[in-house]
Amino acid sequence: MKEEVLFTIDTLYRPELEVKGFRFGAGKKALCVVGSTRGNEIQQTYVCALLVKTLKSLEQMNALRPGFEVLVIPTVNQNSINVGRRFWPLDNSDINRMFPGYDKGETTQRIAADLFELVKDFESGVQLASFSLLGDFLPHVRVMHTGYQRTDLAAQFGMAYIVDRTPEPVDSTTLNYNWQIWGTNAFSLYTKETDRIDDESAHEAVMAILRFMNRQGWLRYPVHSGYLSSTIRDEDMVSVLIPTGGIFHRFRNPGDLVRAGEPMAEILSPYDASPLGQVISPVSGTVFFAHRGPLVIEHEVAFDVIRQDRMTMVMV
Amino acid sequence: MLMTVASVTLPVGETERIIKNRIAPPKAQDGGKRVCIVTGTHGDELEGQYVAWKLNRRLQENLEHLHGTVDIYPALNPMGVSTITRGVPGFDLDMNRIFPGDPNGTTTRYLAHEIIQDIAGADLCIDIHASNIYLKELPQARVNVNTAKELLPLAKELNLDFIWVHAASTVLESTLACSLNNIKTPTIVVEMGVGMRITEEYGRQLITGLLNLFHKMGIWDEPVGDVRAPIVSSDGSVSFINANAAGIFLPHVLHDAQVTEGQELGVIADPATGEVKEVLNSPVDGLLFTLREYPVVASGSLIARILGGAAK
Repeated sequence: MKEEVLFTIDTLYRPELEVKGFRFGAGKKALCVVGSTRGNEIQQTYVCALLVKTLKSLEQMNALRPGFEVLVIPTVNQNSINVGRRFWPLDNSDINRMFPGYDKGETTQRIAADLFELVKDFESGVQLASFSLLGDFLPHVRVMHTGYQRTDLAAQFGMAYIVDRTPEPVDSTTLNYNWQIWGTNAFSLYTKETDRIDDESAHEAVMAILRFMNRQGWLRYPVHSGYLSSTIRDEDMVSVLIPTGGIFHRFRNPGDLVRAGEPMAEILSPYDASPLGQVISPVSGTVFFAHRGPLVIEHEVAFDVIRQDRMTMVMV
Repeated sequence: MLMTVASVTLPVGETERIIKNRIAPPKAQDGGKRVCIVTGTHGDELEGQYVAWKLNRRLQENLEHLHGTVDIYPALNPMGVSTITRGVPGFDLDMNRIFPGDPNGTTTRYLAHEIIQDIAGADLCIDIHASNIYLKELPQARVNVNTAKELLPLAKELNLDFIWVHAASTVLESTLACSLNNIKTPTIVVEMGVGMRITEEYGRQLITGLLNLFHKMGIWDEPVGDVRAPIVSSDGSVSFINANAAGIFLPHVLHDAQVTEGQELGVIADPATGEVKEVLNSPVDGLLFTLREYPVVASGSLIARILGGAAK
């Protein structure tokens, strides 16, 4: 393993932002794993740190097949992490909305450009990504439906779900989207947490990456088979919205089976705890996402439910 | 007449309302056209607040001259304006990246959809922005090259200093202006001034332009007089000057100045050492239409934009 400073950015009254990489093996650029691009992505940084630790150990056991290079970049944004800010502290811009970047542009465009130059030639790329919505969801691997998506390869992570999502215009500046457009097999791995550490799902994510490496022939180490993944398209998922603002009292959790017409949560008055409304599942299926937090605003997404009648299985 | 465009209930005893003020003459004098003036998409951009206030007064006090409907939307992001937050409070996202919205989407996307539905079909929409807290801008219109043929003749009537015809990009498809233009509601973006401040001079300049455009459209019968002939430029005519060092930017030129190639625009100073870390020079002759207002910079921070040809 080689630890190196991949690039730096000058900032006032702080040390240069040093983006560190951990390189395993040499030869064909096989896999690049990128952790946090945002300052609240602590779990994503942690998954990468665990992955570095695990790969170091596997390297000592000669379990990494020669001829392949794996690069792990735990974070590109400690400047935000260290001050508790989600986006770049000076101008509040989002590095993951700046790809493929511009090396003569603004600070986060330069960070994105420097990073993309380093990672764009890898055969496969994994980003440890986070949701903007506050909530609990089932761990999954996500691909963008650009025409270049490889859901067959996504199944090799052995996670329970693959979300094959049609990108919106705003997604065209993410790392995942640009990786895919430039020819890398790109995947985003979502664990259960963002700004808190969830050890169990972090270790599951590391195992999923090792499973993928194993199935690609880059790793000689037995990893259990994981799941036969179910692939979810946008139309397979139904968002259930909050009917009115108030206190959110949730009955259902990710992974629960629900039936059409079943109450999933209720909204209570913040003044006398009387019921103001109910959140009813419009379909039968599996809860994929559930809002977390004591308060809700009208029209927020309370739950995403995978429709039972649209589930498909992908065989590895 | 104040009207609610869209609303959502908040958790505790409050409703967020996006409002507009409809100013219209009696039906008999109504020419049937409708113009929408929108602002406050970014909560830290306040230049449009002055325009909304002043235009409201001017139209209401001279209703006999108005022959169409003017809808003024003072704050598309009311919680942002009221809490000094650029994005949408609580959601940490840029409201101008979620259009055209979704009637079945989450709160912000639902509100974006309702805004689009309310403006759709207008004869013209002017979307007023105020840069951000970092950069000061001359009054200008921004027009996507794909809509330039239709919008340029209208933008030229707005009494602005120049019109920037910029390239199309996928990410801009999620802006209010692009979404409205996609449904054939002509929409022009105006940028002027700086975030968190009001430059009344710029506001008055734009109001003159708006009344001039209303006059050309036949909904305002009072002549406005001569307006500025803007410079029309494309991306290729704009030079960007970015910092390559971190420090404190000290400008050595004034905003709105004509600068010459090689002229010193300013320095990046290091207060800790007394060192000048970088001297920034103009790469071209031209008009300094963007100048950094906020002194703290990192490597890459935008310092200035000059209209006058790309750097050699």
